[in-house]
Amino acid sequence: MARSSVTRAGRTLVAFFSVLAVLYGLVALAGSWTPELGLDLQGGTRITLIAKDGANTTPENLEEARRILEQRVNGSGVTEAEVSTQGNRFIVVEVPGQSRRDLVETIKRQAQLRFRVVAQSANGTAIPSSTADPSDGSSAEPSDIPSEPVVTIAPSESASPGEPKETKTPKSSSSPKNRAPFTADQEQATDGATESPSFDATSLPGEQSTESPGAGNGSEGATDGATDEPTETPTETPTDGASGAPSIDDPLNWVLNPDEESLAAFNAFSCPPPGQAPEVDDDPDKPLVTCDENGTKYLLSVAMVEGTQLTDAGLRPPTQTSVEYAVQLQFNDEGSDEFGRISDALYGTQRQFAIVLDGEVISAPTMNAPIHNGSAEITGQFTEAEARDLANSLKFGALPIQFESDPPVETVGPSLAGNQLSAGILAGLIGLGAVMLYCLVYYRGLGLVVLASLMVAAAMTYALVLLLSETAGFTLSLPGIAGLIVAVGITADSFVVYFERIRDEMRDGKSMRVAVETGWARARNTCLAADAVSLLAAVVLYIFAAGVVKGFAFALGISTLIDLAVFFWFTHPMLTFLARFKFFNSGHRLSGLSAETLGVDRLPSNRDGRSGSDRDLVGGRA
Amino acid sequence: MGKFSRLGNDLYEGRVSVDFVGKRWLWYAISAVLIAVSVFGLVGKGLDMGIEFTGGAEFRVTLPSDQVTQDTADQLREDVAATGVEAAGSPVVTTSGNEAVLVQTEALDDEGSDLVVEAILASTGASPDDLSQSELGASWGREIAERSLIGLVVFLVLVVLFIWAYFREWKMSVAALVALAHDMLITVGVYTLSGFEVTPATVTGLLTILGFSLYDTVVVFDKVRENTNNLRKTRMTYAEAANLAVNQTLVRSINTSIVALIPVGAILYVGVFQLGSGSLKDLALALFVGMAVGLYSSVFIATPLLVHLKGMEKSVQESDRRAQVRRRHDADRYASVPTYRDDAPVQADPDALEGLEDDDSWRRPDRDAVPASPGGTAPRPGRPDARPDEPGRGRVVPPAHGPVKESRSAGRVQPTRQSRSKRGKK
Repeated sequence: MARSSVTRAGRTLVAFFSVLAVLYGLVALAGSWTPELGLDLQGGTRITLIAKDGANTTPENLEEARRILEQRVNGSGVTEAEVSTQGNRFIVVEVPGQSRRDLVETIKRQAQLRFRVVAQSANGTAIPSSTADPSDGSSAEPSDIPSEPVVTIAPSESASPGEPKETKTPKSSSSPKNRAPFTADQEQATDGATESPSFDATSLPGEQSTESPGAGNGSEGATDGATDEPTETPTETPTDGASGAPSIDDPLNWVLNPDEESLAAFNAFSCPPPGQAPEVDDDPDKPLVTCDENGTKYLLSVAMVEGTQLTDAGLRPPTQTSVEYAVQLQFNDEGSDEFGRISDALYGTQRQFAIVLDGEVISAPTMNAPIHNGSAEITGQFTEAEARDLANSLKFGALPIQFESDPPVETVGPSLAGNQLSAGILAGLIGLGAVMLYCLVYYRGLGLVVLASLMVAAAMTYALVLLLSETAGFTLSLPGIAGLIVAVGITADSFVVYFERIRDEMRDGKSMRVAVETGWARARNTCLAADAVSLLAAVVLYIFAAGVVKGFAFALGISTLIDLAVFFWFTHPMLTFLARFKFFNSGHRLSGLSAETLGVDRLPSNRDGRSGSDRDLVGGRA
Repeated sequence: MGKFSRLGNDLYEGRVSVDFVGKRWLWYAISAVLIAVSVFGLVGKGLDMGIEFTGGAEFRVTLPSDQVTQDTADQLREDVAATGVEAAGSPVVTTSGNEAVLVQTEALDDEGSDLVVEAILASTGASPDDLSQSELGASWGREIAERSLIGLVVFLVLVVLFIWAYFREWKMSVAALVALAHDMLITVGVYTLSGFEVTPATVTGLLTILGFSLYDTVVVFDKVRENTNNLRKTRMTYAEAANLAVNQTLVRSINTSIVALIPVGAILYVGVFQLGSGSLKDLALALFVGMAVGLYSSVFIATPLLVHLKGMEKSVQESDRRAQVRRRHDADRYASVPTYRDDAPVQADPDALEGLEDDDSWRRPDRDAVPASPGGTAPRPGRPDARPDEPGRGRVVPPAHGPVKESRSAGRVQPTRQSRSKRGKK
């Protein structure tokens, strides 16, 4: 039996080391030999957003918010920022390596949605020579613009009205791109259309450009609108001082005749490269010069409708009558009135109004009907995702979840990070070294087993940390290092329990070989119980802890599991194996199992000294 | 080491024994004092909650160690206060470790934060790279506190379940839980009195302690259970068996605790002396104190308490009494042998005499002096129907398995040999 247990032990050892080798093979494949360091060890900024109580935090919403935040952060020119959800309430933005406190504002900014009226627009990448010459820009890059939204009035919540009944006019010529018309159908205005549902008939052939037979009289085909050809110049060159520029507080007149200062600002402005948000101060009480994501710049009036006056926005999937996705808007009373005023003013002209989100124009449609019921619909060649994004942006102020307004912000300077890293490593070395030394001194020969086990455990831990940082995004933080160090104690504890058991068994008169096995049977249960508690603690901590403490829990949990693996598949087989050697089983002075160390007068195992003989194998059965 | 190991063996064999259980009132008293101090500290002084819980801003400037002086801190305090930012009107500025100065203010808005940062950088001449800051709002604190509390409660519940499932005996579970509570209270007390800040790391440490404390208790109780399994055989009272268990596991407990404390001590050392304040220090202090107290409580509190609780069990009381009676017998084997007295009543207790005469009569020097005193062999009061103990045996003669016939061969009755098939089941 002893022999078979030795071969079994040998097999276990071989298997264990092959697993270890496979782990390192995987690490080599993954190709990174240093673990991903947490922010506190490499420096950086961490901002944690906490969803407000009662916020509608479904995992989908959180993920949506995460995506939006990621876009926002990346849009602000930060490289390598990581935005991740944590638990069910947190979104963590991490910028490694740099102190970017300024990001807080970008992130904290609850998207401000405003409706303004467009006074001028031009290709923002080139400074137009004259505001009145829109065709410059338009010919430049007409094809960039994928699809332009068209706003149509939705007479009701149902999808049917979304069908563009009429396309009023081609888009404002000053726009450099072939901006699609803003078709606004108003319920009242298109009574005929709505009452005589022309759903089937009209919608299919063209999308936003179809001329609907119903109410749309006299308007040009919208398809033409897509061409660059400006049909008309909507904005006049300001006649300096001629009529005395209207006050900015009267936006509808002001846009016809913007003041000098704004125009100068407009002319001087140039848009940032695509993909980046323009850095503007979105003050609702001032005219705004800004861009949309395609690089068109706009001179906008003061805000006329605030995003807060929008009560609802939603996605309207394609219907029988309309093959494209649309975004429905619903204003409250105040918003409806104001929007009605805008639509009255803009109706029949080619002037646009702009939907401005956080200082960026997300859409600048024209109006093709007065809208007084506060219900509108934006169509364009949206994909479902685009439409949903837009709807969400409009509805939630960009984020589907409301977050607490005082997010914790932590920045760690590189100097501190360096200190912490070296401190963590130092603590680890001291801890590991001291434990090894203690075990060596106290357990002598058995201490070597502790040494080997600890090193194997360390190797395994390192491999797992590398693998996990590669696959699961685990980052090694200071508490994580602390967890690993504390786990050294836990791991060594198992060995102490086991060795003391072996000694006890030998004091009871068993030979080492027997003691190794019987002691194992008893120590195993104790260790399982102890590790179960540790694991329990780690899991509970991991679930409930917020922030960096998670790293500690994770490290503790991993180490506990590794402890079990090493204990079962390395230490025990190793001892079974070593019990064959005379050095140990005859109680050499340095083996840690000598009569003197055990405190007994004579080793009971003397007859086992003849290793390999079959006689002592009987002892194994005892 | 040899001596220590020798001690280990002596403890194991019971040759050397520290009376942990016997002096339990002393340990209870010590713990009661410690807990009282902790509770008073907790009530009177309160915990010093870190900014993670209260909200606030903390700026840490990493400086060359010769610059980390009280003077720098004082200067910094004035400079920060001079910014005119209201929340930073009375900043707390301390040196932290030997490489950093720490500035704590109330929660700042963005502009205030910028102003303070400027002031700090100007005052210390540090570069922005040397500055770390955390600004934590009240909502975060609430969140953290709530989660910590939930975590604590959930873990406690799980631990109770675990203990119950592991020990399968409510008395052990209660003893283990009391030890846990004891550890936590004292650790919290140390935190209160030492003035260390309580941070999420502290709570983490506290949770981890629970595990460790439980671990020690599990080890000791395992041994207690093993030793008390067979009290009848070992002729020990429950208290003695438990005490022996504690002594036997003492070396192991001390060893595991030392091994666990060494790495934590390393973290504590580095955390306190190199980094100053921070999560490492908080974590390590909680762990260190908790583990040390955990060792103490498993030996000095949990086991005596378990003995207390067990002592109330009827079966344990009886077996203890049995063990004591046996011990009396062992101490003086002939104490119960009736002695002859002149004025002894004749045939005072014929029943008792019968038993005596049957087998051990040959040993008795005064065999003919039949009238013996009822002394040692009289039925014990309170147990009238119990069979008297055999003198010199310490246990009741078991009923014979087979027919017994008189034989003089060994001076006492001998069982007759019967064939196996006729002996019947044992």
